[in-house]
Amino acid sequence: MPRIARDVVFVDGVRTPFGKAGPKGLYAETRADDLVVRVIRELRRRNPALPAERIDEVAIAATTQIGDQGLTIGRSAAVLAGLPKSVPGYAIDRMCAGAMTAVTTVAGGIAFGAYDVAIAGGVEHMGRHPMGEGVDPNPRFLAEKLVDGSALIMGMTAENLHDRYPQITKERADAYAVRSQQKVAEAYEAGRFQQDLVPMAIRSAEKGYGLATRDEPPRPGTTMENLAALKTPFRPHGHVTAGNAAGLNDGATGCIVAAEEVAAELGLTARMRLVDYSFAGVEPEVMGVGPVPATEKLLARNSLTMDDIGLIEINEAFAVQVLAFLDHFKIAEDDPRVNPWGGAIAIGHPLASSGVRLMTQLARHFEEHPDVRYGLTTMCVGMGMGGTVLWEAVR
Amino acid sequence: MSVADIFSDEVVTHTRVRDVELPYGAGTMALITLDNGFDHTKPSTFGPGGLTELNAALDAIAARDDLAAVGVTGKPFIFAVGADLNGVPLITGREQALEIARLGHDVFRRLGELTVPSFAFVNGAAMGGGVEVALHCAYRTISSGVPAVALPECFLGLVPGWGGTYLLPRLIGAEKALQVIIDNPLNQNKMLRGPQAHDLGIADAMFEPADFLEESLRWAARVLTGEVTVERAPVDTGAAWDEAIAQARWRVEGKLHGAAPAPLRALDLVAAAKDRTRDEGFAAENEALADLIMSDELRSGLYAFDLVQKRARRPAGAPDKALARPVTKVGVVGAGLMASQLGLLFARRLGVPVVLTDLDQERLDKGVAYVHAEVDKLLGKGRVSPDEAARLKGLVTGSLTKDAFADADFVIEAVFEEMGVKQQVFAEVEAVVSPECLLATNTSSLSVSEMAAKLRHPERVVGFHFFNPVAVLPLLEIVRGEHTDDATLATAFATGKALKKSCVLVKDAPAFVVNRVLLRMLAEIVQTVEEGTPIDVAERAAAPLGLPMPPFVLMGLVGPAIALHVNETLHEAFPDRFPLSGKLAKLVAAGKPGVYRPDFTLDPEAVEIFAGGTSPSTEEQVLTRALDALAQEIRIMLDEGVVAAPQDIDLCMILGAGWPFHLGGVTPYLDRTGVAERVTGSRFLDRGVASLP
Repeated sequence: MPRIARDVVFVDGVRTPFGKAGPKGLYAETRADDLVVRVIRELRRRNPALPAERIDEVAIAATTQIGDQGLTIGRSAAVLAGLPKSVPGYAIDRMCAGAMTAVTTVAGGIAFGAYDVAIAGGVEHMGRHPMGEGVDPNPRFLAEKLVDGSALIMGMTAENLHDRYPQITKERADAYAVRSQQKVAEAYEAGRFQQDLVPMAIRSAEKGYGLATRDEPPRPGTTMENLAALKTPFRPHGHVTAGNAAGLNDGATGCIVAAEEVAAELGLTARMRLVDYSFAGVEPEVMGVGPVPATEKLLARNSLTMDDIGLIEINEAFAVQVLAFLDHFKIAEDDPRVNPWGGAIAIGHPLASSGVRLMTQLARHFEEHPDVRYGLTTMCVGMGMGGTVLWEAVR
Repeated sequence: MSVADIFSDEVVTHTRVRDVELPYGAGTMALITLDNGFDHTKPSTFGPGGLTELNAALDAIAARDDLAAVGVTGKPFIFAVGADLNGVPLITGREQALEIARLGHDVFRRLGELTVPSFAFVNGAAMGGGVEVALHCAYRTISSGVPAVALPECFLGLVPGWGGTYLLPRLIGAEKALQVIIDNPLNQNKMLRGPQAHDLGIADAMFEPADFLEESLRWAARVLTGEVTVERAPVDTGAAWDEAIAQARWRVEGKLHGAAPAPLRALDLVAAAKDRTRDEGFAAENEALADLIMSDELRSGLYAFDLVQKRARRPAGAPDKALARPVTKVGVVGAGLMASQLGLLFARRLGVPVVLTDLDQERLDKGVAYVHAEVDKLLGKGRVSPDEAARLKGLVTGSLTKDAFADADFVIEAVFEEMGVKQQVFAEVEAVVSPECLLATNTSSLSVSEMAAKLRHPERVVGFHFFNPVAVLPLLEIVRGEHTDDATLATAFATGKALKKSCVLVKDAPAFVVNRVLLRMLAEIVQTVEEGTPIDVAERAAAPLGLPMPPFVLMGLVGPAIALHVNETLHEAFPDRFPLSGKLAKLVAAGKPGVYRPDFTLDPEAVEIFAGGTSPSTEEQVLTRALDALAQEIRIMLDEGVVAAPQDIDLCMILGAGWPFHLGGVTPYLDRTGVAERVTGSRFLDRGVASLP
């Protein structure tokens, strides 16, 4: 008997406020798994119509899966969050697109009929787990010139992208970053982000307990002059600075994904429908260009063009990588469809968690733009990849 | 000496204050974290330093006008566990005691008297002053994962006098408050778990531990915005209050007969709390604390607490634990009730196979069936899972021959108390087991050295004396025989610890410690009865001590036959001090289970057996003779080196016989009443160790 794929919907997404990585950051003394636990519990609290035993899977992404991000974090966080022991879970990794991959993977399982409802999300505590912690690259990478030495340093891949697209100047990158900061500040002012943030208790041995209620990374009031003064750590007289790139951050995200028919049965609100997704590989030295082929593939398969897309949430690992995407699709830098509330340059990018932040925000954008049918979430991925998910408004 | 000097070693609990933006626009809360800088194994307590720091923090908070609320929580797993008691033994004057009492009130009460509402978020263990900090706050939340909430002051010899006796009954009513203030402490210092504390009304809301603080802060915000109204059961300050006091007074009198002042003082405070103002209530608590801090009963209580907390965990004279050999299989000789209880205990705590042996298949089957039935009881109560129950049942088996002990590392005998029988049993076991296999005897009175004497390897024999019921009583007397080597002793201590028992090293002397002390007192009292003292007079004589039970009730519990047997053993060794009671022998011969009938009235036949004496004593005379006998016997035991120090005698009596903290076991009481000095020429403990300096 032929199998009929089921429609998959995004029900709800939340995240912890993002913190700056490091000893002075919000989460300096907070465990990564506790961030995930808090997100899972908040999802349950916000969606009381979902019986816990109906959750069929908990897929949590982390790039560095050791310590408090190890121990099969999807499963261990599910147990710590008090989900029934009958609910399974796993850990997933596609570096920056971890949470995105968690969503697409459980969505595949839902469409296939293996799950009805799943929790997907991601976490990265870059303070406790600095980028590259414990990595052991195979010497063949360099010996056989499979990749360039710069491929594993994300900032260098961003510099490489400036080389490839000389029209993307440092000034353009900085200007993009300033706009991102402005948009985030405005969205905060309007209370946009707050609706999907879950306050997180934070403890410091020195200061006692506190409560994280806002993102720590944004720098409202950032100017071109501020950014011009920053160092270019990846290359002398280069382009990439701490100001036109996302920082090193801590945070966790999560969402509920369900079969559309099951969401209806349980009385869960379907916020947007997952139409299709695509991942693509590019040269690791210019990983930032990954969203371009991923998106091209996806649009082609669905017989759509960029004109059909009304909203885009693109992760801002680096301004240059966003600009490369926009230039490719001939989208203006200030196109209101793109990152209406700003992006990771201001909010932060705790690697594997960011994919679901994009989705949570896109779901909100759909609410505010009832005329829009299609939206994208897209991001570049280390080791030369890009991922794009096509979403459709559910009215 | 100033109070600060007295507490110069205080581990200061710091007051960390951080502003928290509450959700729902409820404003800013100054959130206090009480944290002594150590992990949960060293819980936060309040001494003068910590109180002063909290006071300074409250000064700063009170000076602000931008706050919507104040919150208090603790470090991970610990809210706060009350007053720092380490300095108390050094307090020499009532004024100092009063100063400490006042300081606590002066600081804590501010939490309830700020211009903004205060919230306690009880995230972990809360005891004594910790609970009182929470009680002073306007509102309380508690984590459902909190393992211990208690006002244990009366257990030690104090009252919850930093607001507890005034605030708690006014919050939850006198009846429930007395349960927490009086009954729980007098019931082996029982602790409440979070949900129980919440059910009693001590906390207004309860949240799960996973995100307790976040949800507590959300709740607090809702209270502040008016979205949540805190509803509490009304407190009956009429007849119900007085009735609760009367009931509790009756329970305390029945248990302690006035032997310990603290519970009665607490009762009086709760009784009066109904009509007192805060100032009056707190002032009365200060006076009570000062009086009790300057009481010998409290000093003895603190001494006893220290013994149980510290000395019990690091037994005096135990050899290097590195010498201990692993125990991977246990043999129990015998399948009677004691043997079966031991089998279950070893299987549960060590998780290794346990083989019971008996010569009689029927007895063996009965013994194993007993263990299985006990496991089913545990399963029924949810104390073990079905898998664990299956494992335990599988671990305990029976064998008609001792061959099953061949690969055992530890064999304990629990056969008939007769030297010849035990020697033979050990000889048979030795024929089967490895040369290192430890041979333990649960004898209550026979010589361990003699039992080992005829073995090829007497160095592996050790006394392992449990107290009935073995699953409940925490004491284990570990007896070093003449030949016992260090490895055997170390293995015995390690095994005792794994069995979750408190071990005390005892010399191989007749009846060891607990039975010898108990029997000496019992023998003296029985002697007065034989001389003509009515049994009921003798029974009442020891009441002023507040022992767990009167002497003849104890005899009934132990069983007259066993009492007689131990007495005979002791008589053999010390005929002068342990006369053979012909009447006790008659009672045994008559097959009586004691002097009481099942309804606890005196059995006229038993009374008849003891009748005939012509020189009755008064209660006071009986008590004097009993105490004199105790002092004499303990002095002799110390002189003989039965244990290392008086502290070990006290520890044994507290853990093995349930003797109360207010006596400090027993030697502090004998010291403070002058009995020790009068009878033996000197005190057992220096002044100040377990008494006022």
